[in-house]
Amino acid sequence: MNNTSVHISEIKARAMEIRKSVISSLTAAGSGHLGGSLGLADIFACLHFSFMSHKPDNPNWIDRDRLILSIGHVAPVLYASLAHAGYFPIEELNTLRKFESRLQGHPGRDHGLPGIELSAGSLGQGLSVAVGIALASKMDQRKNRIISIHGDGELQEGSIWEAAMSAAHHKLDNLIAIVDRNFCQIDGRTEDVMALEPLAAKWESFGWNTLKLNGNNVSEILQALDEADSFQGKPSVLIAKTLMGKGVPEIEDDYKWHGKAPSEAEARLFIQELEKNQ
Amino acid sequence: MALVARELIPSRTGFGKGLAEAGALNPKVVGLGADITASVSMNLFAERFPERFFSMGIAEQNCVGVAAGLALAGKIPVFSTYGVFATIRTLDQIRISLCYNNLHAIIGGAHAGISVGPDGATHQALEDIAVMRVLPNMTVLSPCDATQARLCTLAAIENNDGPAYIRFGREAVPDFTDENQTFEIGKAQLLAKGTDVTLMATGHLVWEACQAADILALQGISAQVLNFHTIKPIDKAAIIDAAKSTRAVVTAEEHQLMGGFGSAIAEVLVMNYPVPVEMVGINDMFGESGKPHELMLKYKLTAVDIAMAAERAIQRK
Repeated sequence: MNNTSVHISEIKARAMEIRKSVISSLTAAGSGHLGGSLGLADIFACLHFSFMSHKPDNPNWIDRDRLILSIGHVAPVLYASLAHAGYFPIEELNTLRKFESRLQGHPGRDHGLPGIELSAGSLGQGLSVAVGIALASKMDQRKNRIISIHGDGELQEGSIWEAAMSAAHHKLDNLIAIVDRNFCQIDGRTEDVMALEPLAAKWESFGWNTLKLNGNNVSEILQALDEADSFQGKPSVLIAKTLMGKGVPEIEDDYKWHGKAPSEAEARLFIQELEKNQ
Repeated sequence: MALVARELIPSRTGFGKGLAEAGALNPKVVGLGADITASVSMNLFAERFPERFFSMGIAEQNCVGVAAGLALAGKIPVFSTYGVFATIRTLDQIRISLCYNNLHAIIGGAHAGISVGPDGATHQALEDIAVMRVLPNMTVLSPCDATQARLCTLAAIENNDGPAYIRFGREAVPDFTDENQTFEIGKAQLLAKGTDVTLMATGHLVWEACQAADILALQGISAQVLNFHTIKPIDKAAIIDAAKSTRAVVTAEEHQLMGGFGSAIAEVLVMNYPVPVEMVGINDMFGESGKPHELMLKYKLTAVDIAMAAERAIQRK
C-alpha cells in the first residue's frame, strides 16, 4: 500500500469532493442524513481510492472486494464516493431521493445503480450478509476482502452480535467490519440512549481482532485497514472514532444533524466552511 | 377414486432427501443449520457435504442474513429450522435481505401446522403461510407428502429464481403421490375429478381432502380434489376453472384462516368468479399440546370436517 504523503493528500482531496457532493445532493433532495455521511467521508475515500480492489467500469468483477453498507441511511456518502470513483456520472447525485431515481433514499439494487452490493436500510442485517459473502469467498478460495460498514447505534441490534459470533466461529479473516463510532444517534448520545462501552472489549470478547483509530485521519485509516488485512485467523473490526458532521464546525458532533438536510443557504455556508478548513 | 398410501412417512424426510440430491447435482448448494439439523432432516446433506454445511447455532436472524450473503456470492443457500422461527422471528431479515434483494435462497419451515402435537402452541407454525406470501418476490411451497416434498425441494433449488419458502411437517403422514409425477412450481395438481364441489387443499390436508371426497361419494356427491403445493404464485387458472365447473369450493389448510391459503384462493375467486367458499383451518387461536390426531379432531381439520364444509358450500350455491 502506498501511504506516502502525496498519496495521503490525494485521498484527503477526494474526501473533500465527497463531502461537497454529500452536501449538494442532500440539499437537492431536501431530506436525508447529513451528519453520518460527512463523518464517514474519509473512510469511504480511503476505501474507494486506496484500499479496495475494484473496477468501476466493471462493477460485477468477480474478484472485487465487496463493500457492504449496513447503515443504508448514509447512502449519500456511498453514492458520492461511488460517483467520484467513476461508477456513474457525478451529476446524477442531484437525483438523490427523487421519483424514479437510481439513488433511492436507502440503497436499492433493483434500481440499477452500479456499485450497490446490497439493498439495505433495516439496521443490524449487513454484518450477517458480509459473513455470508466471506464464507463463500473462503469456500471458493478467493482472495478478495469483504468490508462492512456499521453505525455505533446500530450495534444495539441483537442480530449484530449473532453475526459477530458467527464470523469469529468460522474464522473469517477476510472480513473487516468498520464501526462509525461517532457517539450519536437520533435520540441523543449513544451512552445516554443505550450505552455501548466498553465497546472494544465487547468485540474482543466475541473473538475479533479489534483496532481503535481516528476515523477522520486518513493515514490512521489506511494503516488500520492494512493491519486488519494482514491479520490471520480472526475477523477484524475497526472502531473508527469520527465526528458526525466532520468538516463543518457548525454541525460537528451535533446529533440534531443525524437525519437532516441543509437548506440552500446553509449548504453554501457549509461548503465555504469546508473549503476554509481544508 | 381411493388413493392408496404406500407408507406413513414425514414430509420433512422428503425435504432432507431432496436437499441431499440437489447437493449432489449442484456444487453451489450450501446448507445452514440452526442447532436442529437432524430434526429438519438436513443431516442427510450435512453428512454427505460437510464442506458445504455450516453450523450457525441458535441464531435464526443471522442465518437469513448469511444466506443472503452466500446468495450474493453465487451460492444457493438452504436454511431450515422450525417454521415458527424460520419465518416470524426472522421476518425483517427475510423481507429486506432476501426478498428486497431478490436472492435465490431457500427457507425450509419444519414442523408446520398443529400436528407437531405435544410441543404445543409455541412450536406450531400456524401463521407462516400468511407472513411469507405477503412478501414481494417470495415463492411459497407446501408439498403434501414426502414424495412431493423431495421433488418440491429439488424444484425450488434448480427451477426457481429468488427466495422460496418450503413448508413441511413433522408427523409421519400417508405418502401417496405418484413417484413419477412431474412437479411444476405454480401448477395445482388435480388428484380427483368431480362435478359438485372442488376441495382445494395444501400440505397434510390434501390427504384429508382425498378422504373427504370418498366420504362425499358415499352420499352421492361428486367432489373434485386439487392439491396446491404452490401457494405463491397461486394457480389462478386452475381455481377459476374449478369454480366454473363445480360452482362451490372448500379450502383446507393446517394454518390460520386469516391471510393463509384459503385467503389466497378467496382473493382469486372474489375478483374473477365468485362462488360459495367454505374454509377449513385454524380459527384465530393458538394451538395446544396433545397427540396429533386429538388436535386434528379438536381443531376440526379432518376429512369429516372437510366433507361437512363441502355440504355447506353446496347448499349455498
